[in-house]
Amino acid sequence: MDNQDKSNTTEDNSSGITRRDIIKGLATLPVVGGAIYGAYKKKKYERMLKTGIFSEIGVDAETKMESGSELNTDQQIRLGIIGFGIRGEQLARAAGFATEEWMATQQERAKNGNNIALNTFTEQSDLNIVFNGVCDIFTVEAEAAQKAVSNNGSQAKIYENWEDLVRADDIDAVIIATPDHWHAPMAIEAAKAGKHVYVEKPLTHKIQETYDLYDIVKTSGIVLQLGHQFRQTESYGKASELIRKNVLGPITMVQTNTNRNSANGAWQYPIHEKASPETIDWEKFIGNAPDVPFNKDHFFRWRKYWAYGTGLSGDLLTHDYDAINQILNLGIPKYVSASGGIYFFKDGREVPDVFNVIFEYPEKDMTFQYSASLANEFNRPNIIMGHDATMEVGNTITVYPDRRSSRYADKIKDGTIDLDLPLFSYTSGSEGLDAITSATERYFASKGLLYTFINGRRVDVTHLHIADWLNGIRTNKQPKCNIDYGFEEAIVAHMGTLSLKLGRRIEWDHKENFFANVSWDEIYEILKG
Amino acid sequence: MDDDSTKFNLLPYSNAQLTILVVLRVAIGWHIFYEGLTKLLNPNWSSVGYLLDSKGIFADFFYFLASDPGILKVVDFLNVWGLLIIGLCLIIGLFEKFASIGGILLLGLYYFSHPPFIGLDFEAPGEGSYLLVNKNLIEVLAIGINLYFPNSRLIGIDRLLYKMRNKK
Repeated sequence: MDNQDKSNTTEDNSSGITRRDIIKGLATLPVVGGAIYGAYKKKKYERMLKTGIFSEIGVDAETKMESGSELNTDQQIRLGIIGFGIRGEQLARAAGFATEEWMATQQERAKNGNNIALNTFTEQSDLNIVFNGVCDIFTVEAEAAQKAVSNNGSQAKIYENWEDLVRADDIDAVIIATPDHWHAPMAIEAAKAGKHVYVEKPLTHKIQETYDLYDIVKTSGIVLQLGHQFRQTESYGKASELIRKNVLGPITMVQTNTNRNSANGAWQYPIHEKASPETIDWEKFIGNAPDVPFNKDHFFRWRKYWAYGTGLSGDLLTHDYDAINQILNLGIPKYVSASGGIYFFKDGREVPDVFNVIFEYPEKDMTFQYSASLANEFNRPNIIMGHDATMEVGNTITVYPDRRSSRYADKIKDGTIDLDLPLFSYTSGSEGLDAITSATERYFASKGLLYTFINGRRVDVTHLHIADWLNGIRTNKQPKCNIDYGFEEAIVAHMGTLSLKLGRRIEWDHKENFFANVSWDEIYEILKG
Repeated sequence: MDDDSTKFNLLPYSNAQLTILVVLRVAIGWHIFYEGLTKLLNPNWSSVGYLLDSKGIFADFFYFLASDPGILKVVDFLNVWGLLIIGLCLIIGLFEKFASIGGILLLGLYYFSHPPFIGLDFEAPGEGSYLLVNKNLIEVLAIGINLYFPNSRLIGIDRLLYKMRNKK
């Protein structure tokens, strides 16, 4: 073509542009108009379908999710952290303090391309906190904690006794990330000392502790945040909004699941090479648990044993229960039946690796089911089932119309609602809701995102959960997973375990705020308190 | 035989040849233009899902594009307007050579982000079965035909530009 351009032309130049040239030059121009008109018509048709769906369900498609309100960080808060195992390290990082080892590993990974975890960490907002104290009864972890949280010139003090840490004058608030049997004793002492508390889930290991902790938090007026970070997941707020608009119709059943299939997922954590009676304060680990000789398996894999952990009921059911409690405001159920067994990990553990529990809410006309397997990872989504539609809830929300829905019957009949497609979906971080009008859209909508997005920025939900707690301390407001939700969470977890162990249906008396068919004697016998 | 061919320094195309070339060019242009238009009209559209679904040897490059909201905005903008401009130029026969090269590059990127190689499975549902050759590649080759059998100087705005340039 270039050669042709350069060569001399033989055409008739004298006449300039002829009519024929104009006709041939512009011959395909009308096609552009055709494409634009076609696109306009198609768009109009899709909009008609979408508005049809949205107007039917009474949802404004343009509604934007309110993004996190501006947090107040004027006043510096002085923290202490107790427990620097897997979760403690994660919490410190979410608060802005990563270990050198973690940073090195992530930077190494970043060399091979983008590293989402590292970027998310470095872009986290500064919470204006300082760690003045750390406590871990494994010296290796205590030193790691001190190193991680002392990076701005100040050095956090290592406390050998957690009691001293919660009473220290230069500490305003404590993060508790210990084994379950230590959650309440530490939280109660901290509250007595007037310290605010961020405590990992579940709230308590024993039933009596649940009442004691509730009372002291209420009377002391401290700000307690229970570590269910999914309270910050944007999509749950949207799910709640949609359900208030009655998109699903009467809800009679909720199904939630835990699907795991790895040793790590089944709490078979690695044992640290430096672990020994010299490096671990065994007596402090035992605390109120039955006295047994030093045992590394108990120390690192405490979730497998009833004396320190709470089994699937306290460990993983609570995440799903709290998520659904956030969406539906369920409260404590009337009846709970649970069953399960140790069917795969026959490694000497005491807590089941397969577990099912059914919660009955007769006053709400609904049942809540939870089922867990630690030996199968098939993706069973959490679903909320209504007469008119079913909602799949995760980071993405997808609503499927029901074939026999009364409410949508007309729209299904006239074709506005296509039964082969979800009614609509919502992805955390997107601008608004999308009514689904094509299979490709459905496909991309089904892909959840790993993080919550706020104003286009990727944010770790644990970071938000800690920020929410600190904001509560500064402004004297209740955080998102406060003691009231914590009380419900703990009771629900205990009801699951009681039913499993007693082999019968547990009934809750809402008036008495206690079990209708379990006595304290039985509780002491079964749960040791 | 169209006597224009010699006049406009092109291969002597028969009427049938010229017709099929122009129809091919306009059809590719329509396809690309409409794709751009759809994305432009959808305020929630972003290439992030598509980029994150990338596989194969260039996948890291596409993940990088999706990694940062700033970069992603630029990528989305270039993609939408690239599609619109290339598609429009092919339809109306304007700057045919550049539009063809641009089209080959853009579609080449799509091809390499989702290459139909053995062992790579994509989340996005395909409507056919492909090995090495898929419709993106065929379209790249079809634009190649347009590049080496130019025709916009016969039917297209380039005809007028050519005439004006060679008027003196």
